[in-house]
Amino acid sequence: MKLPDLTELALRNLSESFLRNSLTTLGISVGVASLVAMLSLGTGLQASILKRLTKSGLFDTVFVSSRREMRGMPREEERNGPAPGESRILDESARTEMERLPNVAEANPDIRFVSELRYEDKPHLTTISALPPSAKSNDAFEGMQGNFFSSDTAAEAILQKSFAEELLGKRPALGAPEPSISELAAPLLGKELTMRYAQRAPSSPEPSPGPEAQKPDEDFAAASYSVISREQKLKIIGISDLDPESMRGPARARVFLPLKLAESLHVMQPTDIREISQAASGQPVYSSISVRVKDPSRVQPVEDAIKKMGFTAFSILDASRSLQQVFRVLYAFLGIFGSLALAVASIGIVNTLVMAILERRREIGIMKAIGASDRDVQLLFFAEAGAMGILGGIVGVVLGWAIGQIINFGTNIYLKSQSLPPEHFWAVPWWLVVFSIAFAFVVSLLSGLYPAGRAARLDPVQALRYE
Amino acid sequence: MVTIPDIPVARNTAAIRSENVCRHYHMGQNLIRAVDGVSLQIQTGEFVALLGSSGSGKSSMLNLIAGLDRPTSGSVVVQDRDLAKLSREELAKYRLHVVGMVFQSFNLIPTMTLSENVELPLRFAEVDRHQRQARAQEALERVGLGQRMKHRPSELSGGEQQRAALARALINRPRLLLADEPTGNLDSRTGTEIMEMVRHFNRELGMTVVMVTHERALAERYAQRMIFLADGKLVDDQPNAAASSTAPGGQHEAS
Repeated sequence: MKLPDLTELALRNLSESFLRNSLTTLGISVGVASLVAMLSLGTGLQASILKRLTKSGLFDTVFVSSRREMRGMPREEERNGPAPGESRILDESARTEMERLPNVAEANPDIRFVSELRYEDKPHLTTISALPPSAKSNDAFEGMQGNFFSSDTAAEAILQKSFAEELLGKRPALGAPEPSISELAAPLLGKELTMRYAQRAPSSPEPSPGPEAQKPDEDFAAASYSVISREQKLKIIGISDLDPESMRGPARARVFLPLKLAESLHVMQPTDIREISQAASGQPVYSSISVRVKDPSRVQPVEDAIKKMGFTAFSILDASRSLQQVFRVLYAFLGIFGSLALAVASIGIVNTLVMAILERRREIGIMKAIGASDRDVQLLFFAEAGAMGILGGIVGVVLGWAIGQIINFGTNIYLKSQSLPPEHFWAVPWWLVVFSIAFAFVVSLLSGLYPAGRAARLDPVQALRYE
Repeated sequence: MVTIPDIPVARNTAAIRSENVCRHYHMGQNLIRAVDGVSLQIQTGEFVALLGSSGSGKSSMLNLIAGLDRPTSGSVVVQDRDLAKLSREELAKYRLHVVGMVFQSFNLIPTMTLSENVELPLRFAEVDRHQRQARAQEALERVGLGQRMKHRPSELSGGEQQRAALARALINRPRLLLADEPTGNLDSRTGTEIMEMVRHFNRELGMTVVMVTHERALAERYAQRMIFLADGKLVDDQPNAAASSTAPGGQHEAS
């Protein structure tokens, strides 16, 4: 039989026992809907998490540190390289070299130090970190009060919320509602902080104002330097709600300075002591550098190139790779749970078709007597199963999409009530639509395998014998 | 339009030949010999009645000739095809193109209209829709049901249903018309109507007709030859002079 004939006969046969076949089709729809729901939840969650990671600015960053930092903790991958003691120093020339690597947007030294900040004559000790101008687009500054640094050298500071609370002496009691960020910002913005820090200066009597001022022939001077206590006034221009360095763990900073300003201060960093014997080139030496890559997909080659230069490199990509692994497992689980309902529905198809064979036993006998081949009968039942599968698949996708919309709507009402930005946890990509309908079709055909075979083998003499 | 190549068949050559054909089957512990060593020859264009009481094996014999069933042993050769040697697929093709069948209980599909019922074999033959409808219309007009095409079988009388079944049997222009008690569910007047049509197809289209019946009077009136079966065995085979004599001389080949 030709396909249009098959389809036509299948559809009319289905419409003959409309209620029963509708219920079976509905069963498939529920199965497909649950599959779509589960998988769209998975995709939605993944998209939402990846978006956050990308916006955090850490996704396209390679963190570089000297192998010297690794002394005493040889990791497997590091063992093959030069011994930590003899490896390269992470200095300015290494930084510019990294900046010249293909696909690199910028390479900024990580400057962080612990210092005392005086606010209204009260000292507060905290970790301070420098931010490059590109950090402005960082997701963490979304809910910030005030402004980002006016320039890269401005004597300005952005405070993290918890530090702002500390300055105002508003440590919230456990369980009490946290003060809102605008509440904290109002009394602090525009106020002045005094930072006291230790400057590392060459032993020459005059402290140089910037790194460029250091002359190349000052080898000796760089190798032995003095530490001078200094003060720097800073204007509070922003209070950030979230932590832009949330991926850094315990070493999180709570006060941020513009990068160029921080560099010019020559604050003594803990690593400097170790470098005394090696820092002979007269260049600034960094404990670590953040290399920003133009495109997250190019992180791997950049990371490899930096490793080849003899440094230790780490990127979130390494972390995201295991994250993707987690998502793959999550997908499999969601898929299996979603498919369970479809598996139950496929039993429904088998049941419906076996019933149909019993009911249409005589009809099958007649068709065979007037010339239908086994294949014709088999294809007819296949077509019926397939039609139920496709119809069920379409209805199921619509159903699953509707459920997703309702849940999106619901969660966003909740998020809004918590004054959080809206999220789309539920996404139905087009491939999922196509895949679900195709999957329902294939599952239905598989379910039709046994009934169709049974109908095809029916003995026409037996089928026609009884009224 | 004829999907199976027309084999030129001369009159009075064997259309059907069975040799020592048996159809045995088990029912519980018992071996049922439905057909038990029947040898017969039916000539092309003949109108033969298979007679016998119920359980004599006449319907089983008809099913063997129709290719609906396979012999346990022996052979049934229809127009040089040994049915026992055909595959299931080939048997289906044989039923589709060579044989037309009518049954006591009409066996129309109740969910389809008359024209859909009649064109169903053409669907299996993969004839395209346009031609199918034209041929169904033509076939129904030939049995006088041209106005009832869109009716369902349940809306028709028994005689009309059997006429529709005849139209369906003829739609693929078969060489062989096999009828299993075609008048069994009809009153004598409509029964006669059907039998006249069958005789017409036999004479005008040159179809070989094999009819199973238990009514001797019916056989005597229409069949040229009567074959009697009892307990699966052929017990008598006699020409029916009365019916043969009425057969006109110059018959046409099937178109």
